[in-house]
Amino acid sequence: MSWMKKSALLASITSVALVGAACGNNEEGGAAEGDALSGKVVMDGSSTVFPIMEAVAEEYSAEQPEVEVTVGVSGTGGGFKRFVTGETDFSNASREIKEEEAAEAEENGVEFTQLSVALDGLSLVVNPANDWAQDITIEELNKMWTDTNVKTWKDVRSDWPDEEISFFSPGKDSGTFDFFNEAVLDDTDIREDAQLSEDDNVLVTGVAGTEGAIGFFGYAYYIENQDTLRAVAVEGVEPTTETINDLSYPLSREIFTYVNNASLKDKEQVADFARFMNENAAALSEEVGYVGMEQARYDENMKMIDELAGE
Amino acid sequence: MALPNSEFKNRKNLMNRETVSQQIKRRLRLNEFFKYVFLAGLVFALLVLSTLIYDVISKGGGWVDLDFLRNFPSRRPEDAGLYPALIGSLWLMLLIVPMVFIIGVGAAIYLEEYAPKNRMTSFIEVNISNLAGVPSIVFGLLGLTIFVRVMELGNSIMAGALTLGLMSLPIVIVASQESLRAVKMELRHASLALGASKWQTTFNVVLPSALPGIITGIILAVSRAIGETAPLIMVGAATFISTTPSSVLSDFTALPIQIYNWTSRPQAEFQNLAAAGIIVLMTMLITMNSVAIYIRNKYTNRH
Repeated sequence: MSWMKKSALLASITSVALVGAACGNNEEGGAAEGDALSGKVVMDGSSTVFPIMEAVAEEYSAEQPEVEVTVGVSGTGGGFKRFVTGETDFSNASREIKEEEAAEAEENGVEFTQLSVALDGLSLVVNPANDWAQDITIEELNKMWTDTNVKTWKDVRSDWPDEEISFFSPGKDSGTFDFFNEAVLDDTDIREDAQLSEDDNVLVTGVAGTEGAIGFFGYAYYIENQDTLRAVAVEGVEPTTETINDLSYPLSREIFTYVNNASLKDKEQVADFARFMNENAAALSEEVGYVGMEQARYDENMKMIDELAGE
Repeated sequence: MALPNSEFKNRKNLMNRETVSQQIKRRLRLNEFFKYVFLAGLVFALLVLSTLIYDVISKGGGWVDLDFLRNFPSRRPEDAGLYPALIGSLWLMLLIVPMVFIIGVGAAIYLEEYAPKNRMTSFIEVNISNLAGVPSIVFGLLGLTIFVRVMELGNSIMAGALTLGLMSLPIVIVASQESLRAVKMELRHASLALGASKWQTTFNVVLPSALPGIITGIILAVSRAIGETAPLIMVGAATFISTTPSSVLSDFTALPIQIYNWTSRPQAEFQNLAAAGIIVLMTMLITMNSVAIYIRNKYTNRH
């Protein structure tokens, strides 16, 4: 493994040098005095965060049509790979940055700040024909998702029927899986017979078509498919906008964007975009199926942005 | 004249008419049977295709209008369009076609007409054929390393076009080689006998005769390239972009990326938009292919 890490490191160092050289000549960005900004704002990362950022970029381009905003979807991990080399200004993430990733950024001299954008509730869903599992505990979830001896719902709770369980989970590269891994699986390996898919719509179809199925994904996918799926309350709390917002739903999670501090300081359009995003994130997230945070959290973000941008 | 008669009798004994007619019947039945097996194959393929087309048109047909082509993507499905993706794909196509034509046909001409027939050449040919089967994501990784990072093209249209062009090259080279090989030797000899040099022969005689086959190869390769998503995502093409490209060094997005993004969204309306995007992509491919078929027919008639 160590040679792999070494060569990865080497590759990233070379790429920083190259990217650094590339940035020097064609990304002066910023703008003259006045309101109209120009230049680039480059974002990449999680597909979970994408709909929010697409909405922000859509609104922003009405305000600053000269600024070129690009949003990619390389996934949380893929986004960080580009972010830690300084290629991107923002990295969207559905989990916090990992230690290895942060270490790589430090090595490359990239300083960053984490901004929470909105909240999502990881929703556990079952087939509508399942009328027994109304409520489930984290402990039961952990047992059923990791222990292959659990074959039927009866094995989870003795008064549930003898119906076979099929498992549907997002792929292991997704931030959603990482969150579930941390919050429920406790880093134990997920059972091998679980069906994994990178496409959440495949999971929706799978759970909707299998009577004993259970699956999980972001709240937006549950809300859009309420007629074919039913959400199970976790520790007695159902996922709703309110329970996710006040964090009483145990599988509420924050979704983030990480901003490159140097970009924020040196590129006027990046700072302007960051402020615009922070002001509109709550309203726009709800429009695309997420839950906004308390205003105080956005105020905190704004303070950080102002400090870093050097007002 | 007893002999022929007896021979005739013998023959009559040798070939039992009933057996013969039965055997012929069996052969004819077998013939019929396979005719229907092959027909069933065709019908099955067409059925799958028409189901797909029906599905796409019934879902997306209502969403394709002028605004859909002119608008930028939006969180509101009714306002969303694929203008930047359409422009990005057109740029890609304009760059890829001349690139694969010049390099691909050039390589094929060298290998067929000039290269000595030795082990080295056949080694190169085998490797080119193998490259045609390499998964597109591998070309994406190559593009990321070479074009995006080493050549410092960034996540630009040029980097994307070079990557897709590289991916298409093996198919173009192999197809071009085959059609060059199919040109009759007599044509070359006639031209050489008239005093034409090798280059004159190749350019004026061989290439025009081989052109229909070469163009078919290019159509196939470029159609595949235009529908690729993975290598473009690898070279860092954006999924959302707020501006349209102004040069080959601009950032971009392309139709398959936009379609892929819409299919993964939770709202059903976006799935319909994806279907509408597929209609646009298919129309673009059909238009491109029609133009190529027109050119091909023009040349086929001439030679």
